[in-house]
Order: sequence, then C-alpha cells, then structure tokens
Amino acid sequence: MKLKAPERVTWTQSGFCPGCGHGIAFRLIAEVMEELGLSDKLLLTVDVACCSLAIECVKYDTIMCAHGRGVATAIGAKKVRPENPVCAYLGDGAAYSIGMAETIHTGLRNDNVVVITVNNSLYGMTGGQMAPTTLPGQKTTSSKYGKDPERCGMPFNIVDAYQGFKIGYLARGALCDVANINKAKSYIKKAFEKHMNGDGLCYVELLSACPTNLNMQPVKAMQRIKEEMVPYFPLGEFQDNTKEKKEEE
Amino acid sequence: MAKVLMKGNEALAEAALAAGCRFYAGYPITPQTEILEYLSWRMDEVGGVFIQAESELAGVNMVMGASAAGARALTTSAGPGFTLKQEGISYLAASDLPAVIVDVMRIGSGLGDIAQGQGDYWQLTRGGGHGDYRTIVLAPASVQENADLAALAFDLAEKYRHPVLIASDAAIGQMIEAVEIPEFREHDINKYDWSIKGCKDGDKHKKIQNVYYDDPNYETYLSDKYAQMEAEEQRYESIDVEDAEIVLVAYGVSSRMATEAVEMGREAGVKIGLIRPITLYPFPVNAFEEAKEAKAFMTVEMNILGQMVDDVKLATGGSKPVKKFGSIFALPESEDILASAKEFLDTVKEGK
Amino acid sequence: MEFKETVYTDTDRCKGCGLCINFCPKQAITQSEHANAKGYNYVEVDDEKCIRCGACYRVCPDYVFEIR
Repeated sequence: MKLKAPERVTWTQSGFCPGCGHGIAFRLIAEVMEELGLSDKLLLTVDVACCSLAIECVKYDTIMCAHGRGVATAIGAKKVRPENPVCAYLGDGAAYSIGMAETIHTGLRNDNVVVITVNNSLYGMTGGQMAPTTLPGQKTTSSKYGKDPERCGMPFNIVDAYQGFKIGYLARGALCDVANINKAKSYIKKAFEKHMNGDGLCYVELLSACPTNLNMQPVKAMQRIKEEMVPYFPLGEFQDNTKEKKEEE
Repeated sequence: MAKVLMKGNEALAEAALAAGCRFYAGYPITPQTEILEYLSWRMDEVGGVFIQAESELAGVNMVMGASAAGARALTTSAGPGFTLKQEGISYLAASDLPAVIVDVMRIGSGLGDIAQGQGDYWQLTRGGGHGDYRTIVLAPASVQENADLAALAFDLAEKYRHPVLIASDAAIGQMIEAVEIPEFREHDINKYDWSIKGCKDGDKHKKIQNVYYDDPNYETYLSDKYAQMEAEEQRYESIDVEDAEIVLVAYGVSSRMATEAVEMGREAGVKIGLIRPITLYPFPVNAFEEAKEAKAFMTVEMNILGQMVDDVKLATGGSKPVKKFGSIFALPESEDILASAKEFLDTVKEGK
Repeated sequence: MEFKETVYTDTDRCKGCGLCINFCPKQAITQSEHANAKGYNYVEVDDEKCIRCGACYRVCPDYVFEIR
C-alpha cells in the first residue's frame, strides 16, 4: 500500500492549528481531485475565517470570499465556466449564520456546485464564539455559562433544512477517526462525481475538531466529535438525486 | 445600428450585452427593476447567464465569482439595495476584479422612496463600503448615455481591474428616448491571465484575494491607479462656460433642466454656463479651468445636503462661493434654477 | 514481519498534535524529545512495530507521513 498526499496540498505548509480538521479535509479533496483527474480544473472558493488560510497552502485557483458568500461566489464562477468543477469550502458560521440565505437558496435552486461545510460547532478564527451549530450547554467565549437552547435555538441541522428540497447529493461525514475519515472521502468523491454529472447541488458537511477554541487536546477534540456532536448531527448519506429523476417529477 | 425607442433601464441592459456582458445577477428594487426584467429573457437569447439572486448581497458576490472567472459581469440596484452591494464592491476593489454595478438612484436615506433623487453622491464617489478604495462613477443624463456609458463602464473596469459604478437615476432609467445601441462585441473569458481557469500541474495557482496580502507595494500601486484615473478619465460636458459669471454644476437628470436654464438665461442676457460632470469620480476638475470669468458656482442636485458642493469647492480651490439648488421632492424647474442662479450671482456681486 | 514499504516522516511538517500517536493500532509512534524548526516536538515511527496500515497518514492534518 502506497500512501502519499497529493502535491496540491503538500507543496507548502499550512497555517492551520495543530490537530485542526481543515488539513484532513483538504487532503481528502486533493485525493479525490487526483483520482477523478480534476486537479487542474478545480475552482475553489474559500470563506473568510479559518477556511481562507487554505488559499496559501492549497494549490487550486481560489477566490477568498466575503463571509458567508462563498456559495454565491462559487455559483458565479460555475456559471461562467460550466466545464470546471467548482467547490465552495466554508465553515458552519458562514453556511448557517451569515450565509444562511445563500445556503437555503442554493438548495432551492439546486445549483450545480459542490459545497463542503466544515462544522466545528463554533467560530474558529474569531476565537471560539457560539455558532448556530453550538451544542446545548456548550461553553464558548460568547456563551460563558453554556449555550441555552431556549434563547439561542437547538444546533442547526442542514439535513432537516434541506428536507423540503431535492438536491443532487447530501451527506455528512466526521473527521474523527480512520474509518470515518475514509467514509468522508467517499462522500466527497461522490459529490464531485455527481457534480461533474450535472446532478445539481452536492453538499457535504464534515464534522471537524477545533482543539484550539475548544481548549482541548487534539485527540480529545476528535473524540468529542463522535461522543458529543454526532448525536445532534447524524452521519450518512441523506439525498442522492440525479438529473433524470428530477425531470420525471 | 438604427435608432430605436427604449426605456433608459432597458437601453442600459441591452448596451451591457452589446459590450459583451454575459453574466447578470440582481434583485428587484424600484426604480432599477426593468434592467433585471429585461435581462431575465434577453440574456437567454444571447447565451448568457441571468440569475435572480436571493438578495443584493448574493447578487454582487455571484458577480464577483463570475468576474474572477473572466466574464464581463453586471449587477444593478437602487438606494437601499445599492447599500447592500457595498460589501461586494469593496471586495471587488480589494481583489482587483472588474465589474459594473449600477445604482439607479431614488430619493432618501433609509427606505426613502421610489422617485428620482441624487442622494447617493457621497456613497458613490467616496467608496461606499469599508476600507481604502473608490471607484470610477459614470453619470448618464439621457437614455443614449445610459447605453454609451454602460459599454464604456466595462472597458474601464477591465482597464483598471476595478469595479466601475454607473450613477443613473429614476428619471433617466424610466424615460423613453431614441437610442442607438453600441455595436455588439464579443468578450473572451480567457482574455486575461488573471482569471481563474484551473491550475495546471506545475503552475502557480491564482489567488483572488486582497491584493495587498501579496503585494508589499500595494499602497503605491493603488495610489497610482487612482492618479491615473484622475489624469485620464475625467469626462464632462461644458456649455457656455468660458464667459459665464455664474456656472451651474449638474449631472444626471438635473443637468437636463440646468441645460435648459442656461439656454433661457443666455436668451435673457445672463452670463450663465453649465459644467456637467459625466464622471463623478474622477471629478472633472479640468472643466473648471475653463470657467475663468466665474464669480460663483451653483450645483443643481436632487438632495438635501448639496452633496456635490464639496467637490466643486475642491475643484475651484475654495476660491469662489458655491451653493446648492434643488430639492428631494420635485425635479428642479429650469425657471427656478435660472432665478436662483441670478439671485445668487447678484448677492455675490453686491457682496463685493 | 517484512514489508515492501516503509513509512517516511517529514518531521518539518509535524505540529505535534498527537493524533497519529492515538490512532496508531500498534503504538508504534512516539513524540520525540526534539523539536523541529517550528518548535513542535515531532513524531517518530518505530519501524519494527509499524504494520504500514496507514492510520497515521489518514488522521494527520499536516501530511507528515508517506508510505512507499
């Protein structure tokens, strides 16, 4: 067995914190691009905040977007270059708070883009504030005594939100152990395959660790994904629709 | 191409297509909505992309993606919607991306109202969004100019790799006049090496982001860019300025009545002229050199605070009295403009 | 046990997060007492214990490992 991360991600070093899930996510994306022969075609949008660090260490043509607008920007690029794979890479704050309108409407329109949302249950770059994905009782720098769902709502679940729409593909993986990381890669791969097939919005959420802002050792932060996050964010594939199926309806 | 009767908003939309624009994303708001409506069907005919976005924010950021991918991209709005566009305009400016953004001005702060107004002058000419930037602003005064300046806007946006704004207004957008749409031109999305196309093995990847992250000389670069705009892009029309004692300064819809006021004044023997800025930024300071006999300047603008007065004072080095005439409630009447100009001139003369 | 492949570590890349240590099924990875240029105590693989399963490669966010 030979294993070597693609040059697209190894050519330099990242600025991500030790134990951060972004590095794993980008290896998966890079491997998928290599396997599908799409490395030299991928157009990427990265949201501001931690995602944006990728622009310096991931070798794809990339747009650093305004907060929460990565999906809109990706749609613009995809419409102009429909033959290219186009992926919006963003965090849960971008996708489910400031960019909620963009997230919902891309589902409504079933735009032909790949969206990868990295859900770490908080705002990373700004220092660990509460997000719409923050778990009940979770202490953050803006929920000092634990998130009160009475006041702030329960963790936002994209699978529920997209239930009313038929999109190309919807899956949630977890970057929490070897098996789940491998499975997450298979979701990303399927998302890009379906994207290139023109099946519409291919959306993958990745549960990810943020040891820095959780004030946890990286191993603990990863264990927390399975123990604490997965109960609120079930894993698996939730939608898989093709163009043909949609046309029948 | 022969002249046809068209609404200002529609002429602007058609001229954008003629200039090779094949991407539009916008959101309905009066009085710009006809641009969106027109392109909703016409863009299909020319093989372009039309998106009715979920918001102005989404629309302008879709434009950012399209522009980064190499397309000539347009978004349009008015008043409150134009404010929402500022996020994207600031990002476009910071990322060295061309795009054309139209503000079909309406009156008022806040919700305001849908009638014509010229209250966005400061927002248009001073950057509008956060940070250190400003943009070329083109101000059409007729349906024909709506078309001509739309085409020019795309060329200037690419010349400077910078967003360009068009300051139209409700009257110019809604009126119907004869117009000749400029010749259709093709735009190649692969024309520029800076656009994102996909990074080949061994190449450096393209990073569309704040330019200063990678350019230690960004301060000079940006200052030079604006200096070049100020040197090369001042556009204006001057009418009877050389011997004028009182010079009106007006753009867009109010310049039409101001033009009439000059004609009436000249017939009555009043030494009155008009400078009509076509670029609001760069403000046409060169035009004021012609006004050698001017004793006073009067802006004619449909706002409360006389937003263009500062620029006239700067253009004249503060050497002459400047006042503003106009209201947000009604278009200025040419008789009233003339009467006010005469009265102002008399006051200034008596003051001496 | 004999293996065709070897695990190589690019210790300069290591940020010392310890994920590989945790996920190695053979406890073949340890943290060095030496730090790399970035100041992190990098990891080392015990070639004798290593079974070339690739777990370290898969959990590493910084592409420290290569198996060839």
